[in-house]
This record gives sequence, structure tokens and C-alpha cells, in this order.
Amino acid sequence: MSELPADRRYTKEHEWAKAAGGEVTVGITAFAVEQLGDITLVNLDVKVGDQIATGKAFGTIESVKTLSDLYAPIAGKVVRVNTELSTKPELVNEDCFGKAWMIAIAPSDPAATDGLMDVKAYGEFLKTAH
Amino acid sequence: MTDASLRRTSLYDEHVKLGGRIVPFAGWEMPVQYTGIVDEHQAVRTAAGLFDVSHMGELRLRGEYAAHVVDYLVTNDARRLVDGQAMYTCGCNERAGILDDLIVYRHTEDDWRIVCNASNREKMVRHFAQAATDHCDFEDESDETALVALQGPRAFDVLAATGEDGAGLRALKSFHFREATLGGVPCTAARTGYTGEDGVEIFCAWDDAPALWRALLEAGRPMGIKAAGLGARDTLRLEARLSLYGNDIDETTNPIEAGLGWVVKVEKGDFVGRAALMEIKARPLPRKLVGLEVTGRGVARHGYPLRDGDGNEVGICTSGSPAPTVGKNIGLGYVPSAMAEVGTGLLVDCRGKNVDAVVVQTPFYKRAK
Repeated sequence: MSELPADRRYTKEHEWAKAAGGEVTVGITAFAVEQLGDITLVNLDVKVGDQIATGKAFGTIESVKTLSDLYAPIAGKVVRVNTELSTKPELVNEDCFGKAWMIAIAPSDPAATDGLMDVKAYGEFLKTAH
Repeated sequence: MTDASLRRTSLYDEHVKLGGRIVPFAGWEMPVQYTGIVDEHQAVRTAAGLFDVSHMGELRLRGEYAAHVVDYLVTNDARRLVDGQAMYTCGCNERAGILDDLIVYRHTEDDWRIVCNASNREKMVRHFAQAATDHCDFEDESDETALVALQGPRAFDVLAATGEDGAGLRALKSFHFREATLGGVPCTAARTGYTGEDGVEIFCAWDDAPALWRALLEAGRPMGIKAAGLGARDTLRLEARLSLYGNDIDETTNPIEAGLGWVVKVEKGDFVGRAALMEIKARPLPRKLVGLEVTGRGVARHGYPLRDGDGNEVGICTSGSPAPTVGKNIGLGYVPSAMAEVGTGLLVDCRGKNVDAVVVQTPFYKRAK
């Protein structure tokens, strides 16, 4: 598995949240991608300006085998949506920590990501996750 | 998540060695994929793929009346088979509900093999054993019998590369089988499959399967053979519109509405389910299993409701997935006969979101002859 970026936080649902410049970008981890397999469809059901609550589904991701929900790791206002994924779902397989970011949130609580796992904790969590 | 109640085929260690992701399936630990479903799917469509299907059940009926017993339990006409020929069929209950879909092999007039789904093994063992009582010998050979499927346009090149006996299998006709020695392993090769491609399914002794498996992978390496898992098996069979028991067919469905009327021979004489099947055939069908193409943004999955344009629930999706070769999201589902016409628009309820779909011709994929 590829190296986990240390510049962001992680959730037990295998999502990442990267805080920078007052917004938090959200995506899914390589572990999630590996579990899903070939991604064929990404549906992001939020638009810029929507308020989103922690743990609320903001979209779905379909692989050949299965459908999975995407959950907001923190609460806030959606400020950007990666519309490229609607026509290029394969980006998730190719670059889940980069080009395949999904949404960016202006957090209601600036310290919201502090409650998530850091790279070390997530790495430990992965060892037990199966 | 090791579950002691799950069983392993004799190829389990091979799967692990190849990096297969193991999942529970019908009471077995089986590989769902090795390199990736799409990758394995394409290998089968363009070169060759090797599947472990040893979890399936093998039943044996022998004796003077074995042919009668087999023919009485299946909807297709077993009596038209010659030695070394096989056929696809349903086994029904008295109400015409499908107990299982099977392949029946006639070794000789008094020696028959039945292959059933792993999930139905206990049920079919009971069904066949009961019918055989006092008429012929019955044996459940599932525990001693391994089964691998070699499928794809290069399948017979792979067999030829294993040696002379393998090369001779090219002469095998569709749905025929014969004994062969492949990679030093004595086996029975049948020109059958579940992928829509040409190929063989090969039976051998349980403990011989790893030697056979390795010999085929080795021989097929120059042709691009890949081990393929249950995931690719499902997408391949769906593109070819081959039914999956438990999804598209079960005891609540009958062969006629499932589009399997071609394996129902009511004129052949008495068999279990015949009266009910004649009644079904005599009337207009209330519903039919049809092919679907999802034209909106969504993937139809097993169990999703199907709706008409007004949003009324009219049917159910039984199988669905992105189709790697077809390049579309496809599925199968039961709809009222009035909505079964090709071109009919309907909606798939993808967890509360109604997504456009249309009834299409099947199979979704047909190989070039």
C-alpha cells in the first residue's frame, strides 16, 4: 500500500481530512480504494453553500462490486466540490490522496480535525481493521 | 475474521499465494479477486482466466435406472443425451419453483454426474438421494471432487501448451466432455462455462487440483492467463445473461418467467414440476426477467425496487453491476410483462434515488464466433 500522507487527519471510515487555508479538503484513503476495487461512479450529493453535519452522507461511491457511502468527517459549509470526479471516477483509483479529493468544507469549528486520528493513529488502526 | 465454520478448497493456499482477497461465499472461503475485477474480467474476454469453482457440488447417480431418476428430477430432456454429453437444466419443485440450476453429465447410460450450486448442495443431495432410493446408487462426491474453469479465447491454446492430451481437447464439441490427463493430473474436461467465452470446466480429484492449477497457469503464462475470482465470474456471467441462483432465480421464481423456457421440455414425459409448468405456459406470464441498462447516474444492484414513470413499484432488480466489456451499467430484473418490451423506460430505486433505466435485449455481450 502507498505511504500515508502525514499532512492530514483520518477517520475510521477510511476518509482523510486535510486542513489548509481555512478549509478542510476531504477524500478517501488508499485502504478504502483497495477494498472497493475498480471505482466506476462517484456521486457527490452536495453543492457549494450546503451546510453539512459530522457523519452525514455527502455522496456515494460505486465500484464494480459494491456501493459505499461517503461521510463528512467534520461539520461546516461546503465551499468546493470536485466535479471532475463525475466524469472521471477512475481518478479515485489513480490518485486518492490528491486529484481525487471530493469536497472542501469551511469548518464550523476551526479545531474540528483535531478530534480525528493523526497519521500514526490511523496507521495503527489499519493494522487492526479487517 | 477467520470463521471456523467456513470451508476451504484444496486451492486455498494457491489463492493466498497469488494475493487473492478471500471472502466468505456459500459457506466457503473463496477468492473474490486477485489483481482486480476489471483486470480479470478483461483477461477472460481477451485471453484466458482460471477460476476455482471447487465449492460447487457434484452428485453421482449410477445404476440401471439412474437415467430415469435424473430425467424425472430435471426440466430438460436428459434422455436425448449421448455418452460424453452434458446439458444445462433446472430442477424444479412440484410448484415449478426452481430448486437449483444444474449441469447434467451423461458418462454412460447408467452413470450420471450432476453439478449443483454450492449454496444448494445439502438441498440437492437430499432431493436426488431421496429420488434414488430403491432405484439407483447415489453418491455425494463433492468432497472428493475439485473443479476449475479455464475460460477465454485462448483457453484451448493454454490446454495445448500443457501437452498432447490437452491439445486434443480442441476437438471437443460444445457441452461435450471426456477424460484427459493435464499436467500429469487425470481429469474430466467439459466444454462448458459461465462466462460467455469458450473454454472448459475441468474435474479432478480434490488433492490433485493444486498440480492442475499450477500447470494451467504455467502453460498459459505466454498467453496472458490470469487467475480470476468470484467478482469477475459475476460480471462475466451477467454480461452473458447467465442466471445466478439466489439472485435471478430461486424457489419463488419459475423457469418460464426467468427466460429459461428453453430448458423446459414438458413434452418429454413426466417430471417433477411438469403439471405446474404446463399451466404456467398455457397462460400469459404475469412477469418476466428482463435485461436493464441504467441510463442515469447509478448502478442497479440486487434487491433494488424497479418503478414505472409515475414512481409506482412494479418489480425488482435481481442482479446489477457495471459491465466492464459492455461499458455500461447493466442489470436483470422482474417486471410486469406489459413492461418487458425492449425500449420500455423504467426507474431503478437506488436507495431512494430514482435513476433512469431502459429494458434492453440480452445477452448484453455475445462473443464473436
